[in-house]
Amino acid sequence: MAVPAIRVTAVTKRYGDLLALAGVDLEIGQGEFFGLLGPNGAGKTTLISALAGLIRADGGTLEIMGHDVVSASRDARLKLGVVPQELVFDPFFTVREMLTFQSGYFGIRGNGDWIDEILHGLGLSSRANANMRALSGGMKRRVLVAQALAHRPPVIVLDEPTAGVDVELRQNLWQFVKKLNTDGHTVVLTTHYLEEAEALCGRIAMMKAGRIVALDTTANLLSRFTARAFRVRAGHPAAALGLGGAAAGNDWVEFGFDAPADIESLLARLREAGADVREIAVGGPDLEQVFVEVMRHA
Amino acid sequence: MPDPFRASSFIGFRTLLHKEVLRFWKVSFQTVVAQVLNALLFLLIFSHVLDRRAAVHGEVPYTTFLVPGLVMMSLLQNAFANASSSLIQSKITGNILFVLLPPLSCRTFYAAYVLAAVLRGLFVAAGVWLVSALFVAAPLAHPAWALAFAILGAALLATFGVIAGIWADTFDQLAAVHNFFVIPATMLSGVFYSLHSLPPLWQKISHFNPFFFMIDGFRHGFFGQSDTSPWLSLTVTGGCLVVLAALALAMLARGYKLRG
Repeated sequence: MAVPAIRVTAVTKRYGDLLALAGVDLEIGQGEFFGLLGPNGAGKTTLISALAGLIRADGGTLEIMGHDVVSASRDARLKLGVVPQELVFDPFFTVREMLTFQSGYFGIRGNGDWIDEILHGLGLSSRANANMRALSGGMKRRVLVAQALAHRPPVIVLDEPTAGVDVELRQNLWQFVKKLNTDGHTVVLTTHYLEEAEALCGRIAMMKAGRIVALDTTANLLSRFTARAFRVRAGHPAAALGLGGAAAGNDWVEFGFDAPADIESLLARLREAGADVREIAVGGPDLEQVFVEVMRHA
Repeated sequence: MPDPFRASSFIGFRTLLHKEVLRFWKVSFQTVVAQVLNALLFLLIFSHVLDRRAAVHGEVPYTTFLVPGLVMMSLLQNAFANASSSLIQSKITGNILFVLLPPLSCRTFYAAYVLAAVLRGLFVAAGVWLVSALFVAAPLAHPAWALAFAILGAALLATFGVIAGIWADTFDQLAAVHNFFVIPATMLSGVFYSLHSLPPLWQKISHFNPFFFMIDGFRHGFFGQSDTSPWLSLTVTGGCLVVLAALALAMLARGYKLRG
């Protein structure tokens, strides 16, 4: 059996009175596209920092591709690429210089071909020789992604990589990261854009107050916590409400349903009740509802 | 067969050194040229005021005596400034991450920052010496002594710069170390005077200032004479370097103020 890309066992971290990680257990398999979600202060960045060796956990163990981040830190770091949350850059250097340095720090010389490939994949080729100061926020964010990939790590952690990035850049970034995942890289993503996590991640963990409060496949989380909704805008909302619907504002009434066949019979009953249906809308489950539900009950 | 671990560590060291040298070289007008000009102003002003009034070590004219002191002062201050300012800037802007995420050992980290700072110190020192040669000749009697003290002194101040850069949380804290310790300690270490011109009490106090030994030993390389034995100066300078290097490496190994 292949070693997990990431294994976190009973990890704790305390800052003064604040318990930032309260015994986290987590295993992420090789090749997964994994989402780590949670409100601000949930412990996501602390967990990522512990994986990257930027902070030391008070207790427990963390492994990257089977290498302990403390006792085998060198091997663990070679296997990990981290895109930090903060938009940090070195104002003295150009994009290409930054990527060349980052390769060298990991012991790689003559990495030009791969650097060109990353620059191309992230739409940075035309800005390769521009100073970091001259780049927009979105471009700087892409350089951070490029830096994390410079040593071709099998495990990539992206800590809110699309914060402040416009739609076009975001789509370009996801296209590139999806390709990396298809090529076999394990991707761990934290984001506040839940639709991104829903679209990209095969499994999701939700954190709150330093604990993992939900961990499952995205499909299971969606089906476990949310129902599909069927909504009608009625000329006579009272008639629709009389059939068990819930008021959703502006004459809209919402009904839950399990299978598409339920809609047909519901429409027939609405017609019989004289609800005068003028518009209909069908909504599937979404991760935002799941997130709200999980956080409310955790 | 080459050890891949050592080969990759060497590439990491060379890359970090290259980055640190490029960092000051890209702003060399500020980090090298301006420093040479500062030292030159000292030379012109002090030589104008004191050259005919003071001779040192018997027959060495004051301006000639001043040159190695100014060269060494510039070297020490710039070695400290390079390591400390690079670290504090990286910490405050957050880009220190880029060298904390890769598998760079604390020895690699230390060696690269110190060697880059030594190189900047040597660049500035060479600049001060060459430019001052336009005004006054200060030939090297014992180049090996001068080079030994230049390299050891620069490494010592660069190491102190690494420690201060790691310790300081703000530019203000670092400026306090620079302005209230490094500058007074260099200025009061015999850059502008011979120890023998001081009252006995101040002569004794000066022997507790490691900067005095660095500058006096360096000056021995120029004139073949000094206020104290160059071997004693070498021992003090080397001893201080070993102690501070051990402290810097211990801070890096613990991740003090770098890794939470």
